Amino acid sequence: MEVYLDNSATTKVRREVVEKMVEAMEVEYGNPSSAHRKGYNAEKILSKSREDVAKLLGCESHEVFFTSGGTESNNLAIRGIVHSMKRNGNHLITTKIEHPSVLNVMKQLEEEGFDVTYLDVDNHGYVDLDELKNAINDRTILMSIMAVNNEIGTIEPLDEIAKLKQRKDKFYFHVDGVQAVGRINIDLKNINIDLLSISGHKMHGPKGIGALYVKKGTKIKPILYGGGQEANLRSGTENMPGIVGLGEACRFMKDNFIEYEGKLRALKKRLYDGIKSEIPDSHLNGPDIDDGAPQILNISFLGVRGEVLLHALEEEGIYVSTGSACSSHKNTESHVLKAIGLNHEYIEGAIRFSLSVFNTEEEIDYAIQILKEKVNFLRRYKRR
Amino acid sequence: MEVILIKYGELALKGDNRSFFENKLVRNIKEALKSFDGVKVEKTHGRIYVETSNNAKEAIDKLKKVFGIVGITIAKKVELDLNEIYDSAIEVMRHYSGKSFKVETRRPNKSFPYESIEISRMIGSEILKNIDDVHVDVHNPDVVLNVEIREKAYLYSDTVDGIGGMPIGTNGKAVVLLSGGIDSPVAAWMMMKRGVEVEAVYFHSPPYTQERAKDKVIDLCKKLSEYGQDIYLHVVNFTDFQLEIYDKCPPKLTTIIMRRMMMRVAENIALKYGAKALITGESLGQVASQTIESLYCTNAVTHMPVFRPLIGMDKSEIVEISKKIGTYDISIRPYEDCCTIFVPKHPIIKPNLDEVIKGEKELDYEQFISSLEIDEIKVKS
Repeated sequence: MEVYLDNSATTKVRREVVEKMVEAMEVEYGNPSSAHRKGYNAEKILSKSREDVAKLLGCESHEVFFTSGGTESNNLAIRGIVHSMKRNGNHLITTKIEHPSVLNVMKQLEEEGFDVTYLDVDNHGYVDLDELKNAINDRTILMSIMAVNNEIGTIEPLDEIAKLKQRKDKFYFHVDGVQAVGRINIDLKNINIDLLSISGHKMHGPKGIGALYVKKGTKIKPILYGGGQEANLRSGTENMPGIVGLGEACRFMKDNFIEYEGKLRALKKRLYDGIKSEIPDSHLNGPDIDDGAPQILNISFLGVRGEVLLHALEEEGIYVSTGSACSSHKNTESHVLKAIGLNHEYIEGAIRFSLSVFNTEEEIDYAIQILKEKVNFLRRYKRR
Repeated sequence: MEVILIKYGELALKGDNRSFFENKLVRNIKEALKSFDGVKVEKTHGRIYVETSNNAKEAIDKLKKVFGIVGITIAKKVELDLNEIYDSAIEVMRHYSGKSFKVETRRPNKSFPYESIEISRMIGSEILKNIDDVHVDVHNPDVVLNVEIREKAYLYSDTVDGIGGMPIGTNGKAVVLLSGGIDSPVAAWMMMKRGVEVEAVYFHSPPYTQERAKDKVIDLCKKLSEYGQDIYLHVVNFTDFQLEIYDKCPPKLTTIIMRRMMMRVAENIALKYGAKALITGESLGQVASQTIESLYCTNAVTHMPVFRPLIGMDKSEIVEISKKIGTYDISIRPYEDCCTIFVPKHPIIKPNLDEVIKGEKELDYEQFISSLEIDEIKVKS
């Protein structure tokens, strides 16, 4: 049996998505900028896809800009705002548990002379609202905080964070929504977010496509210059197969959100309960089981090397990911697991399970049974 | 026309075996150039001439990796006619404006009616007549124009160094224990350089070592195979054996016993495939299993010579060679030491052979060795 439990790394592309993409390559392959009918047809499809994305996010379609994925969306959001706002200040706020595509942009900006505040998180992965409030000053131009942490599934309190921004405040609020959109409810109509990044391949769409929501009126500059596509914000001929795929994936998520969310949460609970009852010395990392994102479960199996367990599971067709690449290289330890205060043994034994709606109860039960066998076996052979 | 002139040193000294070495070298050169068109390889006294219709510079890049070659140069090949020789000499020297030169002639073909010194002088004066800004300096020239009078005349000015050593296949076959680290591929390369054909053995322990670690070893073999031979890699599935050692042997001796088992397995493979020696990347004192006492214990299980070409080298020297031969970047991929559970926290540094033999008493290793799963992979460059 093949059980894919690494959906936070990437997901299987939905068949309906593939079909739409094939059509965009074989039939409606025109360039939306072309003056002729072939181009016109492509432009129509482009608009429709943009609407599908906007509907899922709860925004206007002209606030959606296609990019090459989550990394580019995060880079564009941060660098684009910094470029247009640097006269207003030089201070940025983020957290210690962001994705590298945020953290490494911030590090680079520090080298360029900007001040960055990296907020701590508590042992469940939540940012402290008071600390955040205190960090904001009159030189702050951007705060960038993820919606759902990719390793432990913490859902940051975006509503409360957004409310910290007063009417008079000039800074912008960016959210990395890559692991959140389609899994938890984010409705941009009800929450004061200025920029939101999403990625196609994390939600059963293709790789190489993503989008950035930019609220109307936000001052942002491009980071790529060229033919002026995407209202001048992101030049380059539109990746039509990717865009169509992302649109279709978003449409699916929108239409089935409630059902999917419930299904994911039930599968996660089943996996967690099974592990807790079958495998001693297994420890939940991150938020309480009912509070985290419905698709992410992070467990430390004490006395086991995560990487070895990963490969042992792989032999039985089960695919997961770990909290560190190899214990002999300490610098590869997860910055997220360190930030929530886990010690070396917990980090070394950490496994992330990330679910999708394609998983079944039968798969989860199989995974629990194999996990139990493998963890027991590996625990017999400890370093001595 | 242009030909590639190949000089080989050491093997010219090999007496009766000389033609065996030369023929092997010719065959290895043909093999190195098998993707080239119109290749002609010709052997005459102490020289090999190669012609190809492809780019000669690309051919030289290949030849730089053929063991047994000490020098490579692109020569002009012309008829035995003084005017043709002059024209060709002038053409070569036009690249060296402002430089001093001398002409050095050899004349194995005694039917050519001038002596070497005369030929050099005549060519030299023709060059001076035709090119303004070069001058002769017989003691300390910038450029030596070499002229060889054979059944044709060959002219060349600069020689690039070959890699040296002896042609692969002229010194038998050995099995190298490849770990994926920096040292063992260097050890393999050094023995290949001495004309030894190698086969490799790698011990794979899934899930403790991952598939990417195996790929790394395959890539190392691929890099080594660029030096003139396809490499058979024997991948031994070692997990159960390691777990058995863990269960049956004293913790502080597991590393040394594991090394002894690896030597036994490698020797079995060597016997099966007609190899007469083992090669390891051990360097004295580098880690606990490479002390003189440890080597004594691992060596005791084998009956064939164990070549340890790195034994007296510093790590930095080994690294330098691995960078030169192109294995370093592969070796440093971080997929190596994830099976540290098998390394005791306190390994014994000076094991005693009697104690080690006692320590593996409970282990039915003959049974394990005979039932090991071994995959054979043929790695071509």
